[in-house]
Order: sequence, then structure tokens, then C-alpha cells
Amino acid sequence: MNHDDNAPVVALTRAARHFGPVKALDGVSLSVAPGDCLGLVGHNGAGKSTLVNLINGTFGPSAGEVTFPGGAEGVRSVFQELSLCPNLTVAENLRIAHPNLKGFGWRRAARAEIRESLDRVFPGHGIDPDAEVDSLSIAQRQMVEIAIGFAPRGGRARLVILDEPTSSLDAGIAEQLLSHVTGFCAAGGAVIFISHMLGEVFAVASRIVVLKDGRVVADRPADDFTRSGLVDAMGHVATEAVAQQAARSEPGAVVIHTPNGLEARQGEVVGLSGLAGHGQAAELARLYFSQTSDWRAGRAAQAVFVAGDRPRDGVLPLWSILRNISISVLPRDAKRGLVDRAAESRLAQEWKARIGIRTDDLDNPILSLSGGNQQKVLFARALASDAAVVVMDDPMRGVDVGTKQDVYAMIRAEAAKGRTFLWYSTETEEVCQCDRVFVFRNGAISAELTGAEITEERILEASFEMQEAS
Amino acid sequence: MLSKYRILLPVVSLAVLLALTFWMQPRAMSYFGLNLLFNLAVPIALATIAQMLIIMVNDIDLSLGAFVSLVACVTATYLNDTPALGLLILVALVLGYAAMGAVIHVLDLPAIVVTLGMSFVWGGLALFILPTPGGAAPGWLRAVMTVKPPLMPMAVVAAIVIAAVTHLLVIRSGIGTVLRGVGGNARSIARAGWNVAQLKALAYGLAGLFGVLAGMALVGLTTSADANIALRYTLLSIAGVILGGGEFIGGKVSPVGAVIGALTLTLAASFLSFLRLSPDWQIGAQGAILILVLTARLLFSRRGAAA
Repeated sequence: MNHDDNAPVVALTRAARHFGPVKALDGVSLSVAPGDCLGLVGHNGAGKSTLVNLINGTFGPSAGEVTFPGGAEGVRSVFQELSLCPNLTVAENLRIAHPNLKGFGWRRAARAEIRESLDRVFPGHGIDPDAEVDSLSIAQRQMVEIAIGFAPRGGRARLVILDEPTSSLDAGIAEQLLSHVTGFCAAGGAVIFISHMLGEVFAVASRIVVLKDGRVVADRPADDFTRSGLVDAMGHVATEAVAQQAARSEPGAVVIHTPNGLEARQGEVVGLSGLAGHGQAAELARLYFSQTSDWRAGRAAQAVFVAGDRPRDGVLPLWSILRNISISVLPRDAKRGLVDRAAESRLAQEWKARIGIRTDDLDNPILSLSGGNQQKVLFARALASDAAVVVMDDPMRGVDVGTKQDVYAMIRAEAAKGRTFLWYSTETEEVCQCDRVFVFRNGAISAELTGAEITEERILEASFEMQEAS
Repeated sequence: MLSKYRILLPVVSLAVLLALTFWMQPRAMSYFGLNLLFNLAVPIALATIAQMLIIMVNDIDLSLGAFVSLVACVTATYLNDTPALGLLILVALVLGYAAMGAVIHVLDLPAIVVTLGMSFVWGGLALFILPTPGGAAPGWLRAVMTVKPPLMPMAVVAAIVIAAVTHLLVIRSGIGTVLRGVGGNARSIARAGWNVAQLKALAYGLAGLFGVLAGMALVGLTTSADANIALRYTLLSIAGVILGGGEFIGGKVSPVGAVIGALTLTLAASFLSFLRLSPDWQIGAQGAILILVLTARLLFSRRGAAA
């Protein structure tokens, strides 16, 4: 082997990436050499996606550097969310990624190349290169995307980043992929393999890197890890939360019960946890809509919603703070169908004081507030109503620590008065505040934890697939 | 699979409407009759292609009618009197369209608003050039539009040529594929290393080119122009794209379908005249035909989704 063969494909030196005050990646040094299969694991928000985006050049690092000693050609990414053009055929999608296919007969060349790549990675795939991506199943689309990643495309794939590649593949197909990855690395290619299926990571990775809070906390050959050691490395045990548990109220009668086993009692704070995108948000939405928008639910809303994605489903950006608070109770406080201005402003003043919204004038536009204060407005909107159930969709996104503490206290106080909270959060620390936690995996509840069982370890354990990837 | 059936409904609608027309008025079934029926479809087909190129990248163009009117005014004045200057203006208009596409993408503006605003600019310019109806078509243009090819009338030949050329450009060529990809999933195109702003500018520029051709064809047929000559093309072209099996979002368009859609719309107007329907009712009846075809399409696609 000459020197060039051993030079890393990509090397990060103290690479950092900040989004405003959030340090998504906080000084990561890492290199991937030809023949490496790097398993990358970490909890939500640990910085995995940011790391991938730095390597594939979606954005540059805020500090430190990312270098490609052998040039950046041949570095490909297969993304977790499907990124094919659904209106084009399989072969045409290859053309998108391979601009050098030109002239008459490009279609035939594209067809041959994608068929060859599919055959190599997924023997017996049964996908027609002329099929429109629209008409393929999710698993087939994922296979096409992976095949495009490994296709030569006028050169040679040197590093392929696979971000949760098996999330929509069944076991047999996933097995084909794993054996292809192993062969690809043995032939001198490099792979970064990101997966929450720890069994798969162990099956394929030669080295495992654990990310936590934007830092590399472990970088060792895969053989040096045990399963439980890996879970330990990913999370830290929340000790504080246990002490608080004693102060919690006794739950009352069951107010919510869903077919898939989610249950909430009066006065209880129920957490929905697990990795992002495993069905928690969908469950929450289903539950909320069944309580409110369903015409059979009647006029008085049983539940209110606190949005975490403020611009998408939270604030009314053109309205004042006052209007943003009172929108939930307008029908209740209205007089003969007309808005009672006096009651409206009384209510807003009361909540401003109770929840500590930092503004001197409630008639200011909502967007004049910081993110944390906007979130307080959304909480005020929800809590001002009479609804017995409060549904919260990751409400602490982008909220500072001080506000978080205020809100925790308020949730506790309201729960003690008999309100029920359903709280989806991607942050385990928040979930540890709950009385009962349901952990989701692949759209189903994989564990129900109560009281002292609620620890970061147990939640992680339940969110990751622990079975062998035989 | 779906793409193969997408073209079926426009073909069937046109065939049914054509059969009905021939049944009502057998004399239309001749070289001269067909030319008369479809003459005005040529500029509409070109405008429909222009609209389709914009819809292909998930935008919509509300300025097309005003733009075609402006081109018609330029063609009937400058292009006739000082051909070099006229050509220069038309090239500038095409580049202006391309710039509009780039601006819409780079500043992330809604196309519907920008093009609505631009429609007043085009309309104003057209009035400035030709305050009262008039002008004259250049002789060569007139000759092209009234040529009498053997076997088939000019209108039919032109429709076939337009459909074939745009099919090659949009469906078969590599760059057309990428452009359709922009409508399908712009992020994936950007990730693959394409400059989406350039691609959008290209799509809009091509739309501008076809808009210019539409305006010129229109003047070639009518021999003169006025500032409001093609205002109804905006909605006609959108209807044509949709009738032809295109969809508003997702880059799903069919150039052959769009041309057929334009022919169907033109034919619908003639058909209603043959029915001796009072002109007062014609626009409403045209709308009814449109709704009928779209309903049929919806039923088909629902059934397709269920199967």
C-alpha cells in the first residue's frame, strides 16, 4: 500500500457548528480512512445530522475544519428522509445525481448503471429502472436511493454516508445491505453508518463513534464495546429527577385511553418519549384531533395544544401578544358573539403576571418577543382555557434554561389542580419530569415506565432496538 | 405506470369533442375546415407550453396573457418596421423572463404575486407601444402562418411539431429531466450539486421563449395587434396544462397533453358555436366542459389510487 491509500477520505479537526446559541457540534475531531466502516450513534440532538451535513458540504463548519485529503469526489450521502424526485423514473433519478450522462442514449446508460448497482447491492430486487418513483413502495425507494449512492456515477464511490438506511427496509433486505457494506469496505471503500438498531451497528461497523451533546464521547473499535456499554456512553443518568418524584400528586381517574395502550389519569403528567419520528408526534396529533376537531367532540374543547414548532403551528405572527393569548377563550368570554375587549385584556394581564411574559405592552406584536417568551404566550393561551387536557408537542424547543424551570413549576402546579398533561419531548431530561412515560419505537409503544423507573437509561434502552441483527 | 395513462384522458376528450363536432357539422371534416377550427389553437398551444414550463417547476404564471399581448404589439410594430430592433426587444423580453425566475427563487417570493405584478408591467408596456389597435404583421410571418402544406392543414402540422419538439426537450432530454426534478423535489436537486436558481431561470427563460413564439404566431394570424389581444391566454393556458394531464405541483407535466389540451379548449369554443348557443352562454358552457373533463380525471385518479 502506498501513502495515498492510507490517507483518510475525510478528516475533521475540532469542527464545530453553531446555530445561534445552540452548539449542534462542539469541536469534533474524526477521520475516516479507506476500508473503515464507522458506526455513528447518539441520542436525538447529539449532532449526528450536523456531522453528516458538514461532511457532505450542506454547510461549512463555524470553527475548525473539514478536509478531504484525496478530494471531495466520491463522497455520497444517503439521507434518512427520502430525497428522490417522485415524479421521475428510477433511471432519471440517477441522471440527477450524475450530470455527466449526456447526449443521445443517456437514458440507456442510466438504466444500465442503476440496474447494475441495484443488482449488486440488492440481488433479486425486482425494481424496474423505468418505473416512476411515485409508484414504488417506501422500501423500494430507499433501495433505489442506496443504489444511487453506491453507483459509480462516472467515478467511484469512496465514502458513502448511510443515515438510518434500514429504517424502512425489512430484515432480509437490510441483511443484503449490511453484507454489501461489509464487502464494499473490504474492497477499500469507506462507510459512515448511522443507525438506532444497535445490532446492525455491531454487525457492520469496524469502529464506533458515540456522539453526545455535540461531542465525541467515545471512539473505539467496535469489539471494545458491549451493548450496555454503548447505551451507557450515549446517555447520562438523571439523578435529580428521582428526588423530585416524591412531591408528586396522586393521580385520579383515567381520562384518556387509546387503542394502542396510551393511558393518562387526571392530574398526571404523561411523557411520550423515544427517538424522533417514531410515532410520538403522530400519536399526539391523533389524540388531540380526536378530542377537539372531531364534530362529535362537542363545542367545548376537551383539550388544548401547545405547539413546539412555533412558526408552523403556534404563533399568529401578525397579531399582538394580547390577541395571541386570548384566541383560545374568545368564544367563552364573548358577549352575544362580540369580543369582550375588557375581559380579554384582563385575562392577558393576569397571565402576563402569572407566567412572567417580559414585555411592557401586550399590544406589541408577538414577534417582538424572544423565542422563550413566545413560548410562554403559547402556554398562557393553553392554560387560560378550561380544557382538562393539555397536549404539548415538544414545547421547550429553543427555550432557555430559566424559562424551562418556570414552566416546569407551572406544569406541576396545574397538574396538582387536576389537569392532565401529555408531553412529547425529544429531551430525556424533560421526560424525566413526568409521572408516567411511554416510550415509542417504530410507531408502537415499546415501554411504559412509572415513578422511579423513569431514568435516562431505561428510556434509551427502550428506544433502541436491542435485538440481534443475526 | 401513471405517466402512461396521464396522456389517455386528454386524447379521449379531444377525440370525443372532435367526433361531436364532425357529427354536428360534417363540412368541418376537410382540409379547409380543420384549418379553420384549429387555426387559433397554434398561439394558444405555444402559450400553454410556456405555462407548462412554469408549472413544471411548481410555480404559476399569471402574467402570460399580458406578456403575449406585449409580444404581439412588439411584433406588429418594431419587428415589422425595424426587424433588428424588434428582435433585440424580443430577446430582451426572454431574458427578462429568465431574470424573473431567478429573482423568484433567490428571494423566495411567491410566483403568483410576482407574476401578477409583472402582468401590469407587461400590460403597461404594451399600451405604451400600441395605444390603439393597429400595426401590421411582418410579411414573412404572415406567410408562415398561412402556409398550405400538403395532406394536413398548417394548424395540425404546427400542433404536431410543437408537441414533438417540446416532448424531446422536456421529457427526453437530460436537462428537461433535471428541470422536472426541480418540480418534484428541489432539495434533492440542490443536494446533487445543481444550481436551482439557474435551473429556474432556464425554465422561465424557456417559458419566455414560448411566450414570444405565441405572440408572434398570434400576430401572424390576426395581422394586427392590440394591447389586450391575448389577456385571456393566462387562464386558457393554465386550463390547457391541467386538461392535458399536468398537475399544479410535483413537476408532473405532459407537453403532448398540454398541446392537446389547448386544441380541446379551442375546439370547445367552435363546438359551442355549432350548437348555436348564444354567445352569452358560451363562456359558462366552456367552463362546464372544463369541469366535466377534470371531474372525469379526478374519478380516474381516485380509482387509480385505490387500486
